[in-house]
Order: sequence, then structure tokens, then C-alpha cells
Amino acid sequence: MQLLQQVWVPFAPEQASSFAGEVDALYLYLVLLTLFFSVAISALIIYFAIRYRRRNAMEVPRPVHGSMILESAWSIIPLLIAMTIFAWSASVYFKLYRIPNEAMEIYVVGKQWMWKFQHAEGQREINELHVPVGARVKLTMTTEDVIHSFYVPAFRIKADVVPGRYTQTWFEATKPGRYYLFCAEYCGTNHSGMIGWVVVMEPTEYQQWLSGGATDSAASQGQKVFQERGCASCHQDDKQGRGPTLAGLFGKPQPLDTGESVVADEAYIRESILNSQAKIVAGFARPSIMPTYQGQLSEEQILQLIAYIRSLGDNAEGSSGAGGATGGAGGGATTTTGTAPDVQRSNPLAPTDPRGAGGRSTTGGAGTQQQGAGGASSTGRTRPTPERGSSQNPPPEE
Amino acid sequence: MSTAAVTPGTRVGESRARHPHVNYLNADYGIKSWLLTLDHKRIALLYLASISFFFLLGGAYAVAIRVELLTPAGDLVQSQTYNKLFTHHGILMVFFFLIPSIPAVLGNFLIPLMIGAKDLAFPRLNLLSWYIYMVGGVMTFWALLLGGVDTGWTFYTPFSSTFSNTYVVMAGLGIFINGFSSILTGLNFIVTIHTMRAPGMTWFRLPLFIWSHYATSLIFILGTPVIAITVLLLALERLARIGIFDPALGGDPVLFQHLFWFYSHPAVYIMILPSMGVISELVATFSRKPIFGYSFVAFSSIAIAVFGFLVWGHHMFVSGQSVYAGLVFSLLSFAVAIPSAVKVFNWTATFYRGSISYDTPMLYAFAFIGLFIIGGMTGLFLAATGLDVHLHDTYFVVAHFHYIMVGGAVMGYLGGMHFWWPKITGRMYPEGWGRFSALVVFVGFNLTFFPQFLLGYMGMPRRYHAYPLDQPIWQVLHVMSSAGASILAVGFIIPAIYFVWSMRYGRFAPANPWPGTGLEWRTTSPPPTENFRKTPVVTWEAYEFRPVEEMRIVGPGETADQPADPGHPRNRVAPETLEHGKDKE
Amino acid sequence: MATSDTMHTTHAPHSSAHTALAHHFDNMEQQREAGTLGMWVFLVQEVMFFGGLFLAYLVYRTKYPMAFAAASSHLNWKLGAFNTVVLICSSLTMALAVWAAQIGRERRTQLLFMGLTALLGTVFLVVKAIEYTDKWHDRLFPVRGWFAPAPDAFPHTIAVENIQMFYWIYFAMTGLHALHMIIGIAILLPIMWKAWRGAYSPEYYAPVELFGLYWHFVDIVWIFLFPLLYLLGAHFGGGH
Repeated sequence: MQLLQQVWVPFAPEQASSFAGEVDALYLYLVLLTLFFSVAISALIIYFAIRYRRRNAMEVPRPVHGSMILESAWSIIPLLIAMTIFAWSASVYFKLYRIPNEAMEIYVVGKQWMWKFQHAEGQREINELHVPVGARVKLTMTTEDVIHSFYVPAFRIKADVVPGRYTQTWFEATKPGRYYLFCAEYCGTNHSGMIGWVVVMEPTEYQQWLSGGATDSAASQGQKVFQERGCASCHQDDKQGRGPTLAGLFGKPQPLDTGESVVADEAYIRESILNSQAKIVAGFARPSIMPTYQGQLSEEQILQLIAYIRSLGDNAEGSSGAGGATGGAGGGATTTTGTAPDVQRSNPLAPTDPRGAGGRSTTGGAGTQQQGAGGASSTGRTRPTPERGSSQNPPPEE
Repeated sequence: MSTAAVTPGTRVGESRARHPHVNYLNADYGIKSWLLTLDHKRIALLYLASISFFFLLGGAYAVAIRVELLTPAGDLVQSQTYNKLFTHHGILMVFFFLIPSIPAVLGNFLIPLMIGAKDLAFPRLNLLSWYIYMVGGVMTFWALLLGGVDTGWTFYTPFSSTFSNTYVVMAGLGIFINGFSSILTGLNFIVTIHTMRAPGMTWFRLPLFIWSHYATSLIFILGTPVIAITVLLLALERLARIGIFDPALGGDPVLFQHLFWFYSHPAVYIMILPSMGVISELVATFSRKPIFGYSFVAFSSIAIAVFGFLVWGHHMFVSGQSVYAGLVFSLLSFAVAIPSAVKVFNWTATFYRGSISYDTPMLYAFAFIGLFIIGGMTGLFLAATGLDVHLHDTYFVVAHFHYIMVGGAVMGYLGGMHFWWPKITGRMYPEGWGRFSALVVFVGFNLTFFPQFLLGYMGMPRRYHAYPLDQPIWQVLHVMSSAGASILAVGFIIPAIYFVWSMRYGRFAPANPWPGTGLEWRTTSPPPTENFRKTPVVTWEAYEFRPVEEMRIVGPGETADQPADPGHPRNRVAPETLEHGKDKE
Repeated sequence: MATSDTMHTTHAPHSSAHTALAHHFDNMEQQREAGTLGMWVFLVQEVMFFGGLFLAYLVYRTKYPMAFAAASSHLNWKLGAFNTVVLICSSLTMALAVWAAQIGRERRTQLLFMGLTALLGTVFLVVKAIEYTDKWHDRLFPVRGWFAPAPDAFPHTIAVENIQMFYWIYFAMTGLHALHMIIGIAILLPIMWKAWRGAYSPEYYAPVELFGLYWHFVDIVWIFLFPLLYLLGAHFGGGH
């Protein structure tokens, strides 16, 4: 596998993640196969076409009807070759989508036409994601509107971002630098402007960047939501509440009243918040007395709640979310909150709510929006300072 | 050897003096005789006119797209307009050109001729299919005129159902209606092939063109209803806002993708299978040899149609579907590659010790095989899960499916049009121009789409109105692609001109100019309304080549299908009864 | 549609052939075979057409079992059961109509059975209309803005969106089925008129037979719809 990391192919983007070399090696294998078959068959056809060209308008060659041996050979050999491709690509696919347990958690919310990120430590960013080199980064993603797709060519990763559910992907950056982040799933008028950057930094620089950003951790932001919404009145820690206790819940199997059991992961928690009847923990009344929060929480708030629940270790009292920053590079979170929404507003790309009255008209101005944004910063910005939210990097324009 | 020896025909001067025989074209005159015709041959020509219109329109959109992409900045049109351009290009080309192209034109014209029937089983249904196609086409076209659609031809929800502010419902209903045209055409073909074959025309004597159309019809029947109901639900969702695909109301947007691709992946085989059928005819005729491994080629068509229904999930490797589902779909996608490979190998083997001529249709067949190898092999890149994660929704995909759809389906369509043009119109196209334009198409096509493979691997996403300026190589590749597109456009315009020209000025075509072995060559060019004066009795195997002079002796209707000596299957016909085929002297 | 083609008559060159033989068929046998196969292929297409809706049903029922159970138990299963019986009877009368044409019973018998079929079909549609009206009044017709069930109609713990999910599927499936019934009756009427003219005999009864296939298919679709939609609530222990 070390060897595979070294593979170089022409017309390939930079190799900046632990997958890139492997994907390129697979690509190279397929390119060589394609070259071999297309050149071999074309050469054969050209040879036949010349060798057996019609010399006499009246000639009719002797018919040949077929050969079982040949048919078997050219069915089975391609099948075997195809199976090697299948096996190799499946092993790569597994690595791409088998999310490691120990990883930095980053929450991603797509929105027409921008990317919003939240670090476990609380930093929020728009269209720019800062990560340290050599660390495993796990992305838990959803969107507020249509389907987007998170695509970083230099990392060879892509995952659709689907409304109403979480998709996950991960990567381990191997080289510091700035890499394009594209939206790969067509998402409307300014699809081609939904471009961001992944900024890969040396760990020390990243620490600096982190400490510069001053917010609550995602978990403690979630805790605030938890308290504001009065969740604590039922979900108490002493198992006396009307709802299941949440301490130590995350990642553990939950017995359900149907006799089945379900692992309490992000998707389950999200579902339970939005559609409390779907899966009810054994021992609680059906139908559940919990109201539905569909449409009452933003995607980011749900993600913060999940971060909070995640932070409640086995013995947690639910009083502090700071301990929950999982796998990240330490807390470093100070407390200034409430700025984030304004930061989002300042984004020149941010449209009005696409479902809002009148807001859905997307004609006109689209191109100019993009240009306006492009004018802001077209040169590569490598300064690893905590530029929360403000940096916009759509395709530069002249 | 000279062209004339291979593609004989009478000179214009000679033919003017000749009394034209009664055929389906001159049997009746007037607009009503066309719009109310039940003759499958005339209906095929109605389709030809209408799909040519949509092809032209879709091509114009393609040109606009390629011009926009000459520069990284989105400076020709606004992004909203650009999104409409590629949406319209896709909708018109896929639903109104590629899917009906070969089946509705060549299939309609040739299936009854090839199996020795007087018409399709349900002539009225056939005409109805064309009217349904026109209603759907006009409706979609009207939606485009009103302001268009910006969802992409894939109509992914929830963008199309909730967010897009364009004429999705009307375009969708146009596609819904058009779907019934496909369904009824497929029904007609299946029933015709089952029940209308001439005496002696057993299943394994059928031309491979028929086998591939049978497979295509299976997809029409099994797949098209699903897209119909899907588009209907999309329209319902937009009108009633009830959350069928809207996650905010509990719906599942990915359900749409499953339903959509359940049809739209087999739809790719609707486009390529008939083309493969055409190529089998061309390879056999211009090598003068039976197709190597006939039954393998025949069954590979059926295998492709069946497996084609099991692979839709390979469009969704990155959509968040389960990894295991991804693996199964990947495995099945590799499986579907095998019957395709079998076809290519068998065609190649057919050339061995053949008598190969380089007429225009054969040039298209060569082009098809070469481009289909590349298109098919790059399909393996995309079926390879780990690699597809990187390649999905990039220009690599765009290049791949254009190699299949243009390099495959359109090459087959053009090859077939040249091959059967003498039969359809009774006139020859100009051979020199034909070869020249085939070359132009081949060069233009590769220049257009090969750079897109490279763009795709470098990470250029599809459906981008503008692309980063700091990637100069991207622009270089886009400029190459646009240059190729202009050459390709010329390559398509030349045949359009000389086909029209030849309808009036082309040399008269003999009944069997190439000569070919199928029943369609054993009746006059153009055929009479009832196809054969007498029901032919088939006593020979598929692609059984007789001596050339015998095969050429097929006169106006009376001859080949009417054995002079019924005891002798390879009867020859008295030359004096022949009006056509003067070239023998 | 297939039927109309097999029925059309032209100035056939086969002077001795049956007047119902179309010009492009060699004989009645071939024509009948083509018509029958055509209808079966058409029905396969219909299965796929309904299949999309059944898939949607399966996905959302799995996703929202409680909402589906609650919403289902709100349907009037008695009317549904009545309609099931009506449809099964209509299938029987249709089978008898085919039989009557096939063995050459007098046209009054043919007409009687066909008329009964049409009548039962109409009864079904009337009952369906009553059900739809009820749902309309309960504001269960799934259109944004109209769909607003009474607050106590369903347990408050179940999201209204998910109830609505059931109802659009209910209306889409039964609506599509009802549309097939309406088309069926519309096709049956000209067949009855031709039967009155004495067009059908043991030599030529293809239209009746093919229409019978179609009618049975529509019946079978209902046999699936009834338990899936009406009896679901009972399956989950709900029901009224």
C-alpha cells in the first residue's frame, strides 16, 4: 500500500489525503486496462479491415459461425478482470466510507449556496474549513434546503449532503495547503458558485487558529438549546424523568419497545427529536408524550444538541459541555456567543430564505452576486488566522 | 474498387425515363395521407421529421453550452440561463431524440420488413404513439418557450419539487405523456415480433437488429411506466405541496433518485441496444459474413436488458445509500459489462476473413466499435465504487455517457440511416460526402469529449456555469472541447444537407444495393405499402450470403419473395422482370 | 387500445376471411394471438405503473408505521369491504360475459352480464365518491392549505405531516385505480353496443375477452389495495 501512495498519474489533482494515492493507483490500473483493450481491439480491427479488404466486388467469403471456446474465453476472462477491479475498488470504497471512531468531529450544513462548518470546539466557518494535517477528520453533514455534495478533488472524497438525514464521510489530510471544495450535486442557480476551501494546516498553526476563535464549544451551545427548549424537564439525569435519561446514551444500543434495539447515533437522535413516535425506548409509553420538533429547530441547532448529548459521558451531570469535545485538539473555547447568525448574514452569497415569500425568485442578479463575491478575495489566502465565516472564495473572476 | 461497384444504382438520366413503381411514398398524396396513415413506414418518416427537429434544437443548446465554457468566467449568459441550457439540452436529447431515435424511426420502418410482415401488429396504436409523442414534445417545447426548466434533466428532488421556480410541471407532464409513446411502441414491437413473423422466420433466423429491438421493447414496457409515475408524483408534489419528496414534510428525496434511475439507467440501454442491433447488420453486410457467434450476440442483448434493471444504484454510490448496497450494485454493473464485451469481440471476429468494404455505414460501424470500447471501459471506472466517489458528478461522467450516447447511439443511428436510406427513399446518398462527414464526425466527437475525461479526473464538477481561473489547464481542455463541438456540428450538418438533397437528386437505388441478406432487401426500394407483394417464406439462415449477382437480382416486389421454383430455396429471378439494379451490366 | 386495433376492419384482400380480420394479419388465429399478447404486455406495463406507488407505500409505511396505522384506522373499512365484494362480483359477471360470447349465447345474455359488470363498476365508483366526500369534509384531502384534520382526529403525538403522507398515497393509489375503473366502463360501453349489434360469436369475441383481462387486472389491484390501505390499522391493533 505504501507503494500505491507514490503513484503519479497525469491530469490528476494534487494528492493531499491518505486516500489520494490509492484512488490514483486504481485509476491508473483502469487506464492501463482501457488502453490495452482499446488499442488491441482497434489494432485488430484495422488489421482485419486492411488484410481482408474487399478486392473483388463479387467475392463472398466462406462463412464462419462461431466458436464455443472463443465465446467462453472472452466471456470469462473479462469477467475475471472485472472482478479484480471490483475487489480493489470495493476495498477503497470501504476505507472511504467506514468512518473511524476516533476522529475530529466537524458538522457541516449545506445551504444554497454556501457551506457552513462547526468544529466541536465551537468555531464556525463559512466556505472555509480549517483542519490540521495528519488528523482524522469526520464530517457529519446535512443541508437546510436541497441536496448538495461535498467534494474535495485533492482528497478524492465526495459525499452527498441530503436534507432530512445525516451523511458522513472522513479524510486524513497529508499535505498542508488550500484545496478546492466543490458542490458536486446540482443545487440551483448559483451551483457553480458554491465553492469553498479546505485549509490544511500544521497542527501547531491549527492550535493557534483554534485558540483565536472565541466561542462556546458545540456541546455547550447545544446545552443552551437543550435548556431553552425545556428538554431537561423530562430528560433528567436521575432516571426519574418522563423521558429516557441521556447520560451515556450516545453510541450505545437502546432497547426499543418493539423488542428491537437501535444504536443511539446521530441519525437516531435526530429522528427522535423530529419524530418522537418513530422509535420508542422500552419502558416508555407508546405513543410517546414527547412533542415533535419538526420545523422548530434549525439543522445547526439539532447538530448542537447532538454534540451536547454526545458530550454527556456515562457519569456526566449534564452541567458542562466542555468535557465533551471528542477527539478534538482540546477545548480552548471561551464564551462569546450569539455572533454566528450575524456572521452568516454578512455573507454576500447568502440568499434570502429560498422558501420565503418572494425569496424564491432566482432570476437576474445571480451572476452579479457571484461576481461581487469573487471580487472579495481571489488570491489564495493562506493566512491561518481564524477567519470565521467571512471568507468567500467562489471562482475568481477577471 | 469504385464506389459504383459496391453501391450500384441507375443514373439520374436513365431513371427519369423510367416509370416509377407504386410504393409507399407515391401510393397516396396530400397532408392527410401522411397524418392519418397507418403504414408503419410513413409513421417512421413522421418520427424522423420530428426527432430531427428536436435533435437540431438540442444541438443548438449544446453549442451555447460549449461557447459559454470557453472562458472560466460565466460571461456569456447568467448562471440561471446556463442551468436552463444544459437542462433543455438533456431533456430534448434524452427523451425526445435518443430514446425514440433508432426504435421509432428505423425500428418502425424495418421491423415488419425484416420479419416479413405487412405492418406492425397494431397500426392504429402505432400512429397513436406518434401523436402522443408529438403532444408530449410540443408540451415540453412549450414549457421551454415559456421560460424553461432549470432542474437538470434528472429532476432531482427536493430541488425540482420544492425549490425550483421554473416550468417543471409542464415539462414533466410532457415527459410523462411522451413515456406512453415509448410504452405503446414497445408493446407493438413485442407483439409484432412474437406473432407476425413470416413462415420460416424462426427466432434464430431473425436479424440481430430484431433481437436488440426486442430487448429494447422489454425495457420500454418494464421501465417507462416507473418514470411515468415518478414524474407524475413530482408534478403532484409541486402542485399540492404534500411532501412526497420533501424531507421537511417527512418525505424522502432519495426515493425519487431510486425511482428515477430504475428507469433512467435501463433507458441508457434503450439508447444503445438498438444501435448495437444496427451495428450487427452493418458488420455482417459489409464483411459479407454471418455475425460470429450469432446466438451469443442475440442473448447478450437480452442479458443487457435484464441486468440493466439491477444496476440503478450505481448512480447513487455517494448519495448516502448503504455501503453494502453500493457493493451489490457495483458487482452487478460489472456483470452487465460482460455481454457488452461479448458483442464487441464477436463483431471483431466477424471481420476475420471477411470481405470488408469501406462504405459510409461501415465507417460509422468502425467508429461505433472504437468509441464504444472507450465508452464501455470508462463505464468500469464509474462502476468501481472507490473510484466513482471521486469521479461521480464530474466531467468524467459527462464524457463517459457522451461516448455511449453520441459515440454509440448516434453513430449507430447515422450508420443505420445511411445503410437503409436507399430502402427508405429509393435514392442513394452521395457516397463521397458520406465518408467525408463520417470522418468529420469521428474527429469532432473525440476532440469534443476526450478532454472531458481529463477535466473530470482533475475534479471539474458537471453543470458548472463558471470554473476556477487558477486552473489554466481546465480552460485549455474546455477550449479543445468547444473546438471539437464546432467540428462535430459541421459533421452533423453535412449529412442533413445531402440527405435532403438526395431525396430529389440522388441516384435511384436498386432493391439491394449493398447487398444485404435481410428480408427488407428482398422487396423494392422503396417498398410497396404492403411491404411484400406476397408473404415471403424464409428458408435460409440469418446472414446467409449468396453469390452477389443472385442477391442483387431482386426486382420490384415480384421476385425474391416469390420462388420461381418453390422446391429450390435460392431461386433466382428472371432478369427481364427487373426494372432496378441496372448496374449489373 | 389493443382491442380497438384488433376490431378495426378494412377492405381486406382475404375475401373469404372474417369481416373482423384486419388487413395486415394472415388469419383470425394470428389476430387473436396478437391481441391477447398485446393485452398481457399492457398489463405488465400496468403492474410497473402501479409498482412505483406500491414502492412509495412500502417506504413510507416502514418509515412511519404509527402514523400509517392511525391514518388507516380512520378509513371506513366497511365501505371498503363492501366495495371489495362489489368488485369481485363484477369480475364474476365479466367472466360470464366472456363465456357467453365464447360459446355463442344469444346477445341478450351477453348484454346482461356486461351490463351487470358496468353497473357494479358504477356502484363501486359511487361508494368511492362517498368515501372521498367524507375525507374531503374531514379535511383529509392532501393539498397544502386544505389538509387540516380535526385536532382530536389523531393522537397528538403523531406528526400531521405523516398522516398526510398516508393520505396522499391513499388518494393516489385509489384515485389511479378509480381512473382505471372509469376508463374500463368507458371501454365497456362501445363493446356492449357492438354486442347488441351481434358482433361477437365463437369465431370472434377477442374484444370481450381482452376487456375481461383488463377488468380482472383492475379488480386484482383493488384486492391488494384494500388490505394495505384499509386493514392496516387493524393489523396494528387500532381500528374502530
